[in-house]
Amino acid sequence: MNSLMHSLARRLRALRIRLRGLFGARPANDEIAAELESHLQMHIDDNLRAGMTPQEARRQALIRLGGVEQTQQAVRERSTLPWAETLGQDLRFALRQLRKSPGFTTVVIVTLALGIGVNTALFSIVNTVLLHPIALPHPDELVTVSASKPNFATGSISYPNFRDWQRDNRSLSALAIYRHTGFILTGTGESERIHGEYVSSGIFSVLGVKPRLGRLFAPGEDEIGRAPVVMIGEGFWARKFGSDPNIIGRPLTLDSRDFTIIGVIPAAFDLNFYSFRAEDAYVPIGQWPTGALKIRAAGLGIHGIARLKPGVTLAQAQADMNSVSDHLAAVYPEDDHSIRARLDPLRSAVVGDVQPVLLVLLAAVGFVLLIACVNVANLLLARSSARSQEFAVRLALGASRQRIIRQLLTESTLLALAGGALGLLLAGLGTRSALKLVPAALPRTSQIHLSPLVLCFTFLISFLVGILFGLLPAWKVAAQQPQNTLREGGRGVRGTRHRAQDWLVIFEMAAALVLLAGAGLMIRSLVALSRTDPGFQPKGILTFSLAVPNSPAISTEDGARAYLREIDRQIKSVPGVHAASLTWAAVPMTGDDDEELFWLPNEPKPASIMDMHWALRYIVEPDYLNVFEIPLLRGRFLTDADGVNSPPVVVVDQDFAHRFFGDANPVGQTLNLTDPDHKSTIVGEVGHVMQWGLDNDAGFSLRADTYLSLVQQSQGGLSSQNGFVSDIVVRADHPDSVFPDIQSAMRRMNAQQVAYGPKTMDQFIADSLATRRFSMWLLGAFAALALLLASVGLFGVISYLVGQRTQEMAIRMALGADRGKVLRWVLTRGAALAGIGVGAGTVAALLVTRLMASISVEKSSIIYGVHPWDPLTMIGVVVVLMCVALIACYVPARRAASVDPMQALRSE
Amino acid sequence: MGDKTDVWQGTLALMVMKTLETMGPQHGYGIARRIEQTSGNLLALNYGTLYPALLKLEQEGAIVSEWGVSDNNRKAKFYRLTRVGRKQLEQEARSWEQAAAIVARFLSPAEEG
Repeated sequence: MNSLMHSLARRLRALRIRLRGLFGARPANDEIAAELESHLQMHIDDNLRAGMTPQEARRQALIRLGGVEQTQQAVRERSTLPWAETLGQDLRFALRQLRKSPGFTTVVIVTLALGIGVNTALFSIVNTVLLHPIALPHPDELVTVSASKPNFATGSISYPNFRDWQRDNRSLSALAIYRHTGFILTGTGESERIHGEYVSSGIFSVLGVKPRLGRLFAPGEDEIGRAPVVMIGEGFWARKFGSDPNIIGRPLTLDSRDFTIIGVIPAAFDLNFYSFRAEDAYVPIGQWPTGALKIRAAGLGIHGIARLKPGVTLAQAQADMNSVSDHLAAVYPEDDHSIRARLDPLRSAVVGDVQPVLLVLLAAVGFVLLIACVNVANLLLARSSARSQEFAVRLALGASRQRIIRQLLTESTLLALAGGALGLLLAGLGTRSALKLVPAALPRTSQIHLSPLVLCFTFLISFLVGILFGLLPAWKVAAQQPQNTLREGGRGVRGTRHRAQDWLVIFEMAAALVLLAGAGLMIRSLVALSRTDPGFQPKGILTFSLAVPNSPAISTEDGARAYLREIDRQIKSVPGVHAASLTWAAVPMTGDDDEELFWLPNEPKPASIMDMHWALRYIVEPDYLNVFEIPLLRGRFLTDADGVNSPPVVVVDQDFAHRFFGDANPVGQTLNLTDPDHKSTIVGEVGHVMQWGLDNDAGFSLRADTYLSLVQQSQGGLSSQNGFVSDIVVRADHPDSVFPDIQSAMRRMNAQQVAYGPKTMDQFIADSLATRRFSMWLLGAFAALALLLASVGLFGVISYLVGQRTQEMAIRMALGADRGKVLRWVLTRGAALAGIGVGAGTVAALLVTRLMASISVEKSSIIYGVHPWDPLTMIGVVVVLMCVALIACYVPARRAASVDPMQALRSE
Repeated sequence: MGDKTDVWQGTLALMVMKTLETMGPQHGYGIARRIEQTSGNLLALNYGTLYPALLKLEQEGAIVSEWGVSDNNRKAKFYRLTRVGRKQLEQEARSWEQAAAIVARFLSPAEEG
C-alpha cells in the first residue's frame, strides 16, 4: 500500500513537470544537444584511445548512441505530453482555419446554437413540468381521491363518506379533503375578498408541508363544532401583517367571524391541481357553515388527497378502497349504492393533459435539432471536399490519416462547443419568452429555469454533434487516395460526396415539411375554433363576483329580494352597461358548473338521485338572455312576472328538448325538479350554449341546459346568516374597463360588500385555448426555424455545386450556351432536390398528422375542426416550402449565370 | 512497443540508480559504460535509450543533475541519486529480488518432497 502511494506520488510529480513542459518550461533543445554532444565526445575519446581512426571512432560512437536526432526526439517526448501537444497544435490550427472562413463558421455556429438553444429551452420546461411537477416529499405516493358516480368519473366526496373512508381504509397512511372557498376579510383595512380552502386536519401532513411559523391543524380540530382556527399563507402574512412574527394567536375576521391564527404555510408551497390552490387562508372543514355537510348524498365540491402507505401500489390501494365503498353501499344503499372511492396519481392531476402536448413539442424540437445537425454535417462535408486537395497534399507529405481525422474532429468539436455555448444563451432567452406563452394551467411554471441537468444536456448534445458530424467528412478523407485527388485538380471524390449531400438536403426538406404541416394544422385548428359559435355572443360580456356580508337588511326574505333588485339597479345605472344578471349556478366557459336533477312527467320517482336525469343548471334573472344574447327558439324566457308566488317555470335549451322530448314541442311540459321536489313548467326553449369549452363541448355527456328563475329558486333560502356570494354577468360597451365603475357603485351601495374577480368572457375563452395557442406558437416557431435551416442547407449545397461546376459552365457559355440556360439548369437541380424532399415529407406528414389527431387536450383532439389530411394545409405548406427552396437556389444560380467565362477559365 | 519498453525502462532505471549508488555522481556516458561492464558486456545497451530514462527519473525526483567537468576535462552533465531515489532503489531492488527468487524456484530442479 505504502509503495503504491509512493509510486503514485512519483508519477504525479513527473506528470506535473511534463505538464509544465507543455507550456515551455522544459530543458531547451540546445541543452539536450549539448549533453549528447559531450556524450559523443567522451565516447570518441575512448574509441581513439582504443586505436580507431578519428572517422571510425565517430561512426562507432554514433551507431551506439542510435542517432542524435532520434535520441533528441525521444528526450523531447519524455519532457512533455505528446498527445496534449498535438491537441494544442490541432486547436490552434482549427482556430486559424475557422477564422479564415468566417461565413462558414458563423452559419455553422448559429445553426447549432438555434438547434441546441430551442432544445434546451424546451427541455428546461419539460424538466420542471413533466419530470418534477410536484415539489413535495415522495410525490409518487400522493394520490387524488374522488367519488366516482354516474355522470362524474371524479365527483365530489361527501363529508360523512370522507369520515368513513378515512376510518375503514387500510392502504392509505393518511387521507384528507379540501374545498375551495372565499371569505370576506374585515377588520384589517378596507374589506376584501380573499381565497381560501376548507381542509381536513391532515392535509398538510399528507402533503409533507411544514409550517413556516406556528403549528398545523391538530387531529380532530377539523370536526364540526370545534373552535374556529385558521392557517394563513406566507404571502398573505407578508401583505397583510408585514410578516409579523407575533401573529400566532391573533384573530382574523372572515365572513364576520373571528378565527384564531395558528400557523403560517410557507410560500414555497405552490401545489395547484383540480380546484386546489395554495391560498391566503386555510380553515378546518368543520367550520363550513352549511347544513349540507352532514348529508351523505350531498355533492359539495369536496375532493380528497391521500398518501399511500409505503410499498402499497395504486392498484392495491384502489382494491382496498373498492371494498370500503362496497361496504358503505351495503350500509347506506340509498345514498351510496353507486358511489366508489377513486384514486388517481397526483402527478397526472398536476400535469394533466399537458403531457402529450409537451411530448409532441419535444418531438418537434428534436426534429429541429436533427435538421440543424444535418445542416452542419452538410456544410462540413462541402467544406471538407473543397479542402480535399489540402488534405491530399498533407497526406502526400507524410501526415498520417489518423492525424488528419483528429484535426477534422477537433475543428468540428470546436464548432459544436461554440454553438453549444451560444445555444445556451439563446436557451436562456428562449425559456423566458416561452414562459410568457405557457398556459397558466402548467404546474410550477414559476420554478422553470435552466438547471445544471439542462446545462449538461446541452453540452452533451453539442459534443455528440461535434463528434458525429466531424466523423462523416473525416471518414471520407481517410478513404481518399491522395494521388487521385491531386490528379483531379482538387475537385475531390465527387460522385459519392454529392450523393451524401443530396440525401441530407432531401431529408431536411422532408423534415421541415412535416413540421410545417403540423404547425399549419394547429393554426387551422385555432382558426376553426375562433369561428365556432358557442351559442351566445361572448364579446362584451364581463363576469365578476360580489360578496355580501350578513346584515339586518338581508336577514329577511323580502329584504334580501329587495337587496338583489338594488344590486341590479345600481349595476345597470353604471354608464356603458346594457344588461346585468346575477347568476348562481353554472356559468358557461368559466369552469363553474352545477346540475339539476329531475325526472320526466311520465316517469315514476327514481329511488335514488343517482337514477335521475341530469342537466346543467343556470339560476338567473330575466336579463340573462340579453347579457348572453342567446336566441329564443320557442315560447318565452324567464320574466319579472315569474315571482315567488307564481307557478315555478323553467326554460330549456335545444339540446335538452331534443334529448328528452325528441321532435315534440317541450313548451308546456312539466318537469319534476328536486331540491326540494316540485313541479315546474317548461315555458321556453333557447339555443344550446356550450358550457365546457369551444373545443370539447361535444365530448361531455352532460350538456343539456336548464334555466331557472333566481327569485323562484331562492324561495326560503335567500336570507342567510353569513351573507352570500353571487356571480354577476353584465353586457357592457367596454367590458375590459368598466369594472372599476361597477366596483365603486357597489361600494357606494354598501361599504362592506366586495366586488372582485373581473374577467371578460373573451378572456375565459382565450384561457381555455391557452394550451393550444402555446403549442401552436411553439410548433409554428419550430417549423419556421426548420424551414430556415433547410433552406440554408439547400443554399449551401447548390452554392457548392455551382462552385464545383464553375469551369464547366464557363466552357458551356464560352461555347455559346446562354445565361438563362445555366440559370435554369441550376434552379432545376435545386427544385429536384426540394421536390424529392417534399414528396417524402408529404408521406411522412400524412403519418405524423394522423398521430397528432389521436392526441387530445381536455377531451378534444389537438387537431380540431380540420381533417388531419386537410388538402388546403398540405398544398399551402408545399407551396411555401417550394418557394423558399427556389429563393435559396436562386442566389447561387444567379452567381453561376453571371460567371465571366474568360476569367473562370483563366483561373485554372 | 508499449509493454516491452515499460519493462525495459523499469529495469534500466533500476540499473541506473544502482550504478549511481555505487559510483556516486556520474554522467550519462559513464553510467552507460558502467552498466555494460557490470553486465559482463552481455548487455548491448543502445546508449540513446538511456537519456529518456534519466529524464524520467529526474522528473520523478529520484535523481538530480548539474553540469560539471569529466575526468578528461570535458564538460558533462552529472547525475546524483537523491534521498527519494535511494528509498525507491531500495524498494525496487527488494521487489526485483523477490520476483527473481520466485522465478528461480520455478526454474531450479524440484527438491522439496
